[in-house]
Amino acid sequence: MASKVYADAKSAIAGVKDNMTLLVGGFGLCGIPENCIEALRDSGVKGLTCVSNNAGVDDFGLGLLLQTRQIKKMLSSYVGENATFEKQFMSGELELEFCPQGTLAERLRAGGAGIPGFYTPTGVGTKIAEGKEIRQFDGRDYVLEKGITGDFAFVKAWKGDKFGNLVFRKTARNFNPMVATAGKITVAEVEELVEVGELEPDQIHTPGVFVQRIFVGKNYQKRIEQRTVQKKS
Amino acid sequence: MPLTREQIAQRIAKEVQDGYTVNLGIGIPTLVANYIPATKSVMLQSENGLLGMGAFPVEGTEDADLINAGKQTVTAVKGASFFSSADSFAMIRGGHIDLTVLGAMEVDEEGSIANWMVPGKMVKGMGGAMDLVAGAKNVIVAMQHTDKEGNSKLRKKCTLPLTGVKCIKKIVSDFGVLEITKDGFVLLEYAPDMTAEQVAKATEGKVTIHPECKVMTF
Repeated sequence: MASKVYADAKSAIAGVKDNMTLLVGGFGLCGIPENCIEALRDSGVKGLTCVSNNAGVDDFGLGLLLQTRQIKKMLSSYVGENATFEKQFMSGELELEFCPQGTLAERLRAGGAGIPGFYTPTGVGTKIAEGKEIRQFDGRDYVLEKGITGDFAFVKAWKGDKFGNLVFRKTARNFNPMVATAGKITVAEVEELVEVGELEPDQIHTPGVFVQRIFVGKNYQKRIEQRTVQKKS
Repeated sequence: MPLTREQIAQRIAKEVQDGYTVNLGIGIPTLVANYIPATKSVMLQSENGLLGMGAFPVEGTEDADLINAGKQTVTAVKGASFFSSADSFAMIRGGHIDLTVLGAMEVDEEGSIANWMVPGKMVKGMGGAMDLVAGAKNVIVAMQHTDKEGNSKLRKKCTLPLTGVKCIKKIVSDFGVLEITKDGFVLLEYAPDMTAEQVAKATEGKVTIHPECKVMTF
C-alpha cells in the first residue's frame, strides 16, 4: 500500500487547483488546519469555494485566503469576526451562502455518507428555505437540504496514525469528523503522528479510511479568540 | 425601573429545573448560568461540541482547544462530554435539549422570532440559532422590550427576516415576563416600579394581562 504520510503541508495539498471546492474543519479558530491554510495561500490557487463554519479572522485562519482574494465563495453559518470578509462581500467581490450551523454539519455528514439530501425542520418559514422543497411529516413542515462533498477536505486532529486514524482533542473536534468524510481527497494535519497500532481502536474518532493524506503540522499557533479567565484566588 | 441585564438573567434562571440540559446563547443568556443555584443539577450544552460546560478557567490554565460557542475559553465539568458538530445538532434538533435561551431583535404574537439579519446591514450569519429554535423543547427569549426610540419589539408580526416560525413560548424582557399563547402575548409578571398596564401599552402585539399577573421579585 502506498504511504498516506506526507512530509509537509506543501506536498500534502498537491493537486488543489483553481475553482475547486474545499471543505475546511474548525469552529472559529479552534481545530482549524493551520498548516494547510498557509500552504494553500502560498500555492496561489484561486477561485476557491470554501465550506467552513466560519471564515477565520482578518489575519488568521481562512482570513489569510480572503486577504489574498483566493476565495470566490464561502458557505458558512457565521462570519462575524472578519472585517476583510465584510469589505469583500459588501463590494461584491465575494459570494456568500449562509447555512444554519446544524444544517451545515448534517449536509457534510450526509455528503460523506452517500446521502444526497435530507429533510430538516431548521429554517422552515425563513429565507433559508426559499426555493427549496417543503414536505410535511406527521403534520410538521420540513425543508429539503442537500448533502455536500468537496474536491479536497482539510482537517486538523490531535493525534493520528500512519493509516489515517484520527483522534481529536476537546472542542477542537467540532466540524472536523464530518469534513473528513466528505472530501474526495481528505488531508489531515496532526500534532502527533504515531505508528499503526499505537492508537486504541476504541478511542478513534475518525477511522483512517476517510483520510487519504496525513502529515505532522508545525508551529501551531492555536490562537484564542476570546480569552476569558478568572483570577487566581 | 426596567430590569438590568443581570436581573433578566436572574429571572430566566428560575425557569431552569433540576436535571435540565440547557443551551445558552450569547449575551444576556450567557449570564443565566451565574444564577442557577448549585442545588440544581444542570448540564450546559455548547453547540460547538460540549455537554457539561463549566466556569471560565483560572488564569494560566486556559486551553485553546476548549472553547464555547461564543469562542470564549471555558472549562468542562465532571461528567462532561465532547462530540462533533453533527452529534451536537442531533441533540439540539432531535429534541434532547430541555431549554434554549437566546436573544432577539423581534418576537411576534404568534411566537415567531427574528434575530439574525437586518436588511441593508452586513449579516454575520445565523450560527446555530435556527436549529436551536426549531429543535429545543422550550425556547425562552431574553430581550429588550422596546428599541431606543421606544418602539415595541414585541410585534404583531415580525418585520425583520425570521429565524424561526411559531417557536417561542416565553419572553423575559426588561419590562416583564410574557407567555405566548394562541391568543397572543399574556403578561405574567411586570418589572418593579412599572405597572402591568404600562407593559401592555409598550407591547405592539395582542396582549392580555393574566388575572394573577404580579410584580417581579428578586
